[in-house]
Amino acid sequence: MTAVAFRDTTAIVGIAQTEFSKHLVPTETELAARVIVDACADAGIDPSEINALCSYTMEATEEVEIARNVGAGDITYFSQIGYGGGAGCGVVGQAAMAVATGQAEVAVAWRSRKRGSGPRPWSNTSTQLAVPGQWTRPHGMLRPADEIAALTRRYMHQFGATRDHLANIAVAVRGHANRNPAAMMFEKQMTHEDYLAARWISEPLCLFDNCLETDGALACVIVSADRARDCPHPPAYVHAFAQGLPAQHQTMVNFFNEDPLLGPAWACARRLWANAEFGPADVDVAQIYDAFTPLILLSLEGYGFCERGEAAGFTENGNLEWGKGSLPVNTSGGGLSEAYVHGFNLITEGVKQIRGSSTAQVEGAETCLVTGGEGVPTSALLLRR
Amino acid sequence: MANAAAFSGGSVTNLGPSVEGFLTPASDEESQPFWDGTELGQLRVQACAACGRLRLPPRPMCPHCRSTQREWRAVSGRGTVWSYAVPHPPLLPAYAELAPYNVIVVELAEAADIRMVGNLVTGPEGPINEIDPATIVIGEPVEVVFGRLHRADGSSVALPRWVRAGS
Repeated sequence: MTAVAFRDTTAIVGIAQTEFSKHLVPTETELAARVIVDACADAGIDPSEINALCSYTMEATEEVEIARNVGAGDITYFSQIGYGGGAGCGVVGQAAMAVATGQAEVAVAWRSRKRGSGPRPWSNTSTQLAVPGQWTRPHGMLRPADEIAALTRRYMHQFGATRDHLANIAVAVRGHANRNPAAMMFEKQMTHEDYLAARWISEPLCLFDNCLETDGALACVIVSADRARDCPHPPAYVHAFAQGLPAQHQTMVNFFNEDPLLGPAWACARRLWANAEFGPADVDVAQIYDAFTPLILLSLEGYGFCERGEAAGFTENGNLEWGKGSLPVNTSGGGLSEAYVHGFNLITEGVKQIRGSSTAQVEGAETCLVTGGEGVPTSALLLRR
Repeated sequence: MANAAAFSGGSVTNLGPSVEGFLTPASDEESQPFWDGTELGQLRVQACAACGRLRLPPRPMCPHCRSTQREWRAVSGRGTVWSYAVPHPPLLPAYAELAPYNVIVVELAEAADIRMVGNLVTGPEGPINEIDPATIVIGEPVEVVFGRLHRADGSSVALPRWVRAGS
């Protein structure tokens, strides 16, 4: 099957999410099982029909446990994708490929994570020091925020971006969360001035450049386009999907190649747009992985919404804001202000935009780009109505 | 390690008590010669023994000519600041005590695609928070020095650190 033949042959027909909170009582396994059953109910499909299971390598709930809990039958396709926040769209994309190629009929993708309750991953010193941590950690580059801070400082130096541009992103996304009752930051307004007054985490990144810490789980159900038409909700067709791991990439500390500011988004985008029958100008709304605000700057360039070095200007005049800008971004509040669950809420929000059920609905949205994290081997999806 | 005999030794200075609790590098089979080099006050980079291209982090195969013949070469220890970050808490306790401090990314003079992470300090034993981050300039030239970090078990490791060129 070619990428052209793959277009729109599968669709996301069921989505579900748990509450998002700093602390949820149930285990990750219970959250995952519940949300998968809920996603099946949303799709009008009995969980016993699930025969493909796809998730992240960082997912702690394993296929065997999921299948035993939700009462699945024979699972004939299962896969996991690595690199944390880069994985999400690849998880859904591989599930869609499994359905498109006849390996399975009902595929489920999920992510369940109690990141809010757990310790900060970077504080586990026993995993700090192996490759590639030996090159960075002893010097106090301890956290992903420190790694991205250095990339951001370079981006600012090279292209003249300022903190005001990062603020444009944080404020736009927060505004979207303020419309979304499920968002952790639903009730917390943030102004440009609030952003600038926030405490530092790793200069030039402040608190509001960093994503939330969340307990939560999400899932989606993927079936063939034929079957999708019989499901209760309008299908979100998987128009195209791509993954990207560029030459000589070093995850998170992409300092060991010619141009560290040209990351995986560019490789992923080249394949994505080659696979699609439309381009960036035809995207009505975008869900861009936002563990850190500058990842949105890099992704806007990587996915071709603007030229290299122009993403800062692209954020001006509310251009990323719902009801105002040319490209509303992260309309549920994203990882910055809805929930940080390795980007899976970006996928479900993309589906909601295509269904017409978002709390920041882009009127008549027919296409949505969803991306995984820039800075790590990544992935992207184009959803269409 | 064919070139090791040709290396000229530098000096390694003991770091003071301010670094107690710092993380120390865990070397692996590929990287051990790098840390053997810092013990001698030498900054080494892995090189392909067939085509000569430099690479870091080290790995078994040259991505240009696919040779697995490899060696380590001493480099000048000169470079320029490519970027930097200034971490603030929450951090591991030993680092939180010194925050905010600088972490710089140094582009090596010998290979623009090799950038080493380190700290800009006033001398081999200088604390990581001594230099005002506001004075750090992207593009400024720096030189390597070495400071010895002692582990709780009595062992130690020499870390490359960076001072302003000519200082």
